[in-house]
Amino acid sequence: MKDQNENIKAPPKWVDLILEKCIAPHLLEDLQGDLYEVFYNNLTTVGVAKAKWKYTLSALMHLTPYFLKRRASNYSSSPLFSYDMLKNYFKIAFRTLAKNKGYSFINIVGLAMGMGVAMLIGLWIYDEISYDKYHKNYDRIAQIMQHQTRNGEIGTQTSAPYPLASELRSKYGSDFKHVILSTWTNEHILTYGDKKFTKTGNNMESSAPEMLTLKMLKGTWAGLKDPYSIMLSESVAKTLFGDADAMDQVIKMDNQYNVKVTGVYEDLPYNSTFRQMTFLAPWSLYEISQPGLKTMEDPWRPNNFQIFVQLTDHADIDKVSAKIKDVKKKNIRQEQLKFNPDVFLNPMSKWYLYSTFKNGHRIGGRIENVWLFGMIGAFVLLLACINFMNLSTARSEKRSREVGIRKAVGSLRGQLVTQFFSESLLVAGFAFIVAVFLVMLIMPYFNDVADKKLAMLWTNPVFWLLGICFSILTAIIAGSYPAIYLSSFQPIKVLKGAYKAGRFAAVPRKALVVVQFTVSIVLIIGTIVVFRQIQFAKNRPVGYNRDGLLTISLSTPDIHNHFEAVRNELLESKAIAEMAESSSPPTNSWSSTSGLDWKGKDPSLSVDFQYNEVSHQYGKTIGWQFMGGRDFSKDFATDSSAVILNETAAKFMGLKDPVGETVTWFTIPYKVIGVVKDMIIDSPYEPNRPLIYNLAKDPGIINIKINPGISTSAALAKIEAVFKKYNPGSPFQYHFTDEDYARKFYDEVRIAKLTTFFSILAVMISCLGLFGVASFIAEQRTKEIGVRKVLGATIVNVWGMLSGDFVFLVLLAFIIATPVSYYFLHNWLQKYEYKTEISWWIFAVTGLGTLLITLLTVSFQAIKAAMMNPIKSLRSE
Amino acid sequence: MILVMKRTFLGEFEEVVLLVVAACTEQAYGVTIWESIQRYTGRTVTMSAVHATLYRLEDKGFLSSEMGGATAERGGRRKRFFKVTAYGSKALLEIQQIRQELWQAIPSGRLQLIQS
Repeated sequence: MKDQNENIKAPPKWVDLILEKCIAPHLLEDLQGDLYEVFYNNLTTVGVAKAKWKYTLSALMHLTPYFLKRRASNYSSSPLFSYDMLKNYFKIAFRTLAKNKGYSFINIVGLAMGMGVAMLIGLWIYDEISYDKYHKNYDRIAQIMQHQTRNGEIGTQTSAPYPLASELRSKYGSDFKHVILSTWTNEHILTYGDKKFTKTGNNMESSAPEMLTLKMLKGTWAGLKDPYSIMLSESVAKTLFGDADAMDQVIKMDNQYNVKVTGVYEDLPYNSTFRQMTFLAPWSLYEISQPGLKTMEDPWRPNNFQIFVQLTDHADIDKVSAKIKDVKKKNIRQEQLKFNPDVFLNPMSKWYLYSTFKNGHRIGGRIENVWLFGMIGAFVLLLACINFMNLSTARSEKRSREVGIRKAVGSLRGQLVTQFFSESLLVAGFAFIVAVFLVMLIMPYFNDVADKKLAMLWTNPVFWLLGICFSILTAIIAGSYPAIYLSSFQPIKVLKGAYKAGRFAAVPRKALVVVQFTVSIVLIIGTIVVFRQIQFAKNRPVGYNRDGLLTISLSTPDIHNHFEAVRNELLESKAIAEMAESSSPPTNSWSSTSGLDWKGKDPSLSVDFQYNEVSHQYGKTIGWQFMGGRDFSKDFATDSSAVILNETAAKFMGLKDPVGETVTWFTIPYKVIGVVKDMIIDSPYEPNRPLIYNLAKDPGIINIKINPGISTSAALAKIEAVFKKYNPGSPFQYHFTDEDYARKFYDEVRIAKLTTFFSILAVMISCLGLFGVASFIAEQRTKEIGVRKVLGATIVNVWGMLSGDFVFLVLLAFIIATPVSYYFLHNWLQKYEYKTEISWWIFAVTGLGTLLITLLTVSFQAIKAAMMNPIKSLRSE
Repeated sequence: MILVMKRTFLGEFEEVVLLVVAACTEQAYGVTIWESIQRYTGRTVTMSAVHATLYRLEDKGFLSSEMGGATAERGGRRKRFFKVTAYGSKALLEIQQIRQELWQAIPSGRLQLIQS
């Protein structure tokens, strides 16, 4: 009862609540006290209800601005973010950095390297994933592709037969906005006045510019309607016409057709599939130049062209793809059905990153490299962060006293955490600036290696936002450990001077060193294996002689018509050793056939032979080697119906003694006169394919073996003079076969160079960190070393003691890294048919090498510490 | 002699509050001051007006205050005791002097006219 009474006789709670919330705290107590006093007085004089009413009225009258206004406090409302303390933290941070110049250098440079690598890789990944996004219809464009089965293996190709385009247009037209036939990107001669250039471009159907959303600088997208028209890229227009207006000028294409310039478009960016399309000619012109196209006996058989489509806005790509799956089977002849051609759409978004197929399934593509380098970038950055953490914790003992004093005068733990974060923020800020400069410095070299045209996105706010977020994130990751660890010190212990890190204090630091070296060792082993793989493929017997071998592709018949005259003239001038014609260059195969038959052939066997039409001198020019039989010879008139096989072809045909056998090629019998050793024509990582040579009717390639007796430049000058004489209409352009051959290794060499670059950086960063940690440990143990020396320890003893710890850590890292790297590299090698072994010595060499580097890094500090005069170190306090 | 008024101007109510604080025989705090004002002037005054004036006078330096000990009758809340500062006394004396001079300046007989 009493409680209830008191409750009734108390002022209303809600009024109190309002008062307590609203009235400035420094006024509240006495003000509310006065109100209470009056209330209790009123209770006895006017009764409870009236007292409450009066109280409420009186209290609420106090809610005026005067009573609500808070008094400005001398203290920050939050102890963690006071301006003065932050200023102080940065000041102390600057002083600490300036005091330990070596340490700051290691820290900032190490972090900058890590950030620079991450930035470069970030830019690289950005470039990779924005591939083809220049084209506005990116989401709607697709390429027609097909899976075909040959001898149980499903191969996937982009080439498609000529009539497929009109079939798609007529039967499935409602799904496609555009269906565009295109040639491959080929070299053509463009002539304007006396200026002649060989440029690469495509013949495409007239709505191609609209589909590819070319940015027209002059003219419109409708420029390809007339067969005798051409659209030029900005750079080609510039080379041909300089600053003059290119529009409506007439230029000559391949010395044959006069075409009018109907448009100039902005150069396609380097990260576009069509980047080499420097001009665009109408498909109708191609049809005029190839009159046989429309009169083909079986037009569905050869797969010669590319077909690009743009889907209508509502069409679903997967559904359309399923719909057109059988389009080819409905049209091809009975005997070709065994190839089981499944037609499908490959969307533009997957052209570049996801276009590796195996047995009819998409298994990935360049996206693997994006992941690989993304991971490497993250790891290198992690290494740099680890350095920062390790150096900070190693130095913790030096700063423990500062922490103690700060805590003793009242610092909260949160404040210390803020302090250490602001320090790491400062270092990360410096590192970011250095990293930007480093990236600018490395960029040209990196672009060269990576075959990219990356640029700093100076004007892109996203780049800056990411860069700054990235630095802050790095600062937080790198600063978290010291911030939490250092701020946990107990002031009494550290100030008493008896602070000694516990036995396990160094464990995290050691673990971090192990992580660092594990990553470094994995990268080193990876680099070695990639190089071994390239070397393995390079060591494969090529089967011919690339020295001084040139290829020249002909776009006009002039040289072919005067072949003997040209050859004789060059032989007489001693410029060349031999010269021959062929339909494909030695480093590539442009034609294949399935129309072969021979005695004892299994009828179910499908044949896919490459073939090369050559002239009599071909063998002597490239220097092939015979396993049996003889070369083509002018002494035998019957050689016009003779063929030479390569080793693989002979094996594939299962003939015991192929020489002398007869092969039927589209009903015409050919006699096998010789078998040559396999030559590497396609990828050096793949097995050789069957190849058949016959004599040329109309080859398009000239192969020249330069006379080894004279210098290449002299020979080239002579050859050019003769070519100009007989073929004045074409510029003299040639390829060195050894360069073309080397291009087969580009992808792998690029990966190798990049991983080398990153491994070196990783090792450098790790060693930088190790150097720093070793120097602090040596410093910390100065007194111990002094005592040991006084008691008779030698320099070698001390050196061994200091290095031993680190050697143990590196060995541990090695043990972890070995299976990890084996696992990844084994998987990587699986994609190659011809692959190197991952032999044990690679691990041994890497292990020893890392150990050596570690010892060199640590020894500098260890020996310095060991050589110190013990008197000095013992007297130091 | 004309007095130049350099000090802060005191409002009528402020002057009353200041005088009441000065006149208090016991220690003056919010409630006693409020009651005294009502008793002396016969006006009804809100407590918040008194509080606001007291704090304002303190801000201006005419009053000083200190907190007393805990009390039972106010729910344990302490009282704020006000005292007139030297500056406050000087201000009151000056006002009184001005008034006095003015009273003396009134010609004799004029007020009687008004009174009648």
